[in-house]
Amino acid sequence: MASISEQEAVVIGGGLVGASIAWGLTRAGVQTVVLDGEDLALRASRANFALIWVQGKGVGKPDYARWSQQAAQNWPQLASDLLATTGIDVSLSQKGGFSFALSDAELQQWHDEAARVAREVGEGAPDYQVLDHAATRAMLPAIGPDVVGSVYSTADGHVNSLRLLRALHTALLKSGVDYRSHHDVTQITPDKNGFILTGIWGQMRTRKLILAAGVNNTMLAPMVGLHVPLVRSKGQILVTEKCAPFFDYTAATIRQADEGGVMIGDSEETHSAALMTNQDISAVLANRAIRIFPHLADVNIVRSWAGFRVKSKDGMPIYQQSETCPGAFVVTCHSGVTLASNHTLIVAPQIAAGRLDDNLKPFSARRFHVSVTD
Amino acid sequence: MFQSLIKSDETVSIQFDGQILKVTKGISVAAALLSQGVNRFRTSVVGGEPRAPYCMMGVCFECLVTIDDVQNRQSCMTEVYDGMVVKSQQGARRIGSDTPL
Repeated sequence: MASISEQEAVVIGGGLVGASIAWGLTRAGVQTVVLDGEDLALRASRANFALIWVQGKGVGKPDYARWSQQAAQNWPQLASDLLATTGIDVSLSQKGGFSFALSDAELQQWHDEAARVAREVGEGAPDYQVLDHAATRAMLPAIGPDVVGSVYSTADGHVNSLRLLRALHTALLKSGVDYRSHHDVTQITPDKNGFILTGIWGQMRTRKLILAAGVNNTMLAPMVGLHVPLVRSKGQILVTEKCAPFFDYTAATIRQADEGGVMIGDSEETHSAALMTNQDISAVLANRAIRIFPHLADVNIVRSWAGFRVKSKDGMPIYQQSETCPGAFVVTCHSGVTLASNHTLIVAPQIAAGRLDDNLKPFSARRFHVSVTD
Repeated sequence: MFQSLIKSDETVSIQFDGQILKVTKGISVAAALLSQGVNRFRTSVVGGEPRAPYCMMGVCFECLVTIDDVQNRQSCMTEVYDGMVVKSQQGARRIGSDTPL
């Protein structure tokens, strides 16, 4: 044990969350190591839908609505910082997003959710408009007759999320972060000088520890006195061949990527751990997409995949420093793309300073301690 | 120039970008066009670079053309027939029509 390396800060997890935190830490002057898992780990960062989404988020949870809105507002700075540091353009586009309704009940539901968020957030709440078929069609001539209407908000946008992951990793390398793949951490042992991390690769000690390991946080958190209850949530995505631009905005369930491919998604299975995609769900996704944009019926699907969301029981992120093991933090969320800006620009500097601000208190996992029912 | 391994006198007539071509019956569109000296099937989606068939076996998707108004057909996997109308493609396929919406 004499020669185990000593680190100032270690981030466990090299996905969007871990990388955005690590970049923020190193920008705050903290020497940082990122320990990433295996190639076949469940990687939400390579399966996500790439939305920067605000609309309807945080129903009954205005802190989360404000946090998402703030993240969207901070995104231009993250994108320009990444471009300046790495030369990589992540194709940030924030022209607004639609929730398409294929029935009156759906339109009512999207409307109710947006209205409730606006009411709960109060002044400065994300804007939204409820559009009927004709008003939606005026903005998007390609929609089909089955679209009864939509909710549109200028707060929403999207990026090229694979390029975002690459840009963050390039930024880490350029700023001297020590990134190590194939470094699954299986054991964390707190000691008086911080934490000893163990895996089949060996051991290292760190004074500061940030858990950003996605679904693995559930397993790691108890080792440092934290509690990260997640629910299973499998999502599936279809991708078409590249098409000439026809959809300049974005939407909750369908978007055209900067390079032309159309992504179709937003399924959720809560009882499947299978890695395979489910053809019945693909059929439902494709059918909805064709009802929204009928011309897509002619277009070939070239890829589909499934991923597991990193979803807490109430859908909100979890940010917390351990009370029993100070210096250990957990950062976990479902919206690694949307919140990447806040993670780099707001959360990481607070972790560097050793204390999370009071305005992150609503996101402490302490909220799950009351009336736990399982 | 490519040489045909098939000795056949049977031909069909296809159109490529408005030009009538007499090609061997039973071969793929890609082979037919290559046999006529066509080396520019489309321009690439992102960079606008010229593209021609590469794998000739349905894998690389470099040989895409519009056949009878259906875009992004794999010309190496499609057999020629009499009266077929083939068009080269410029960039990404269009949704719905040849003009962007």
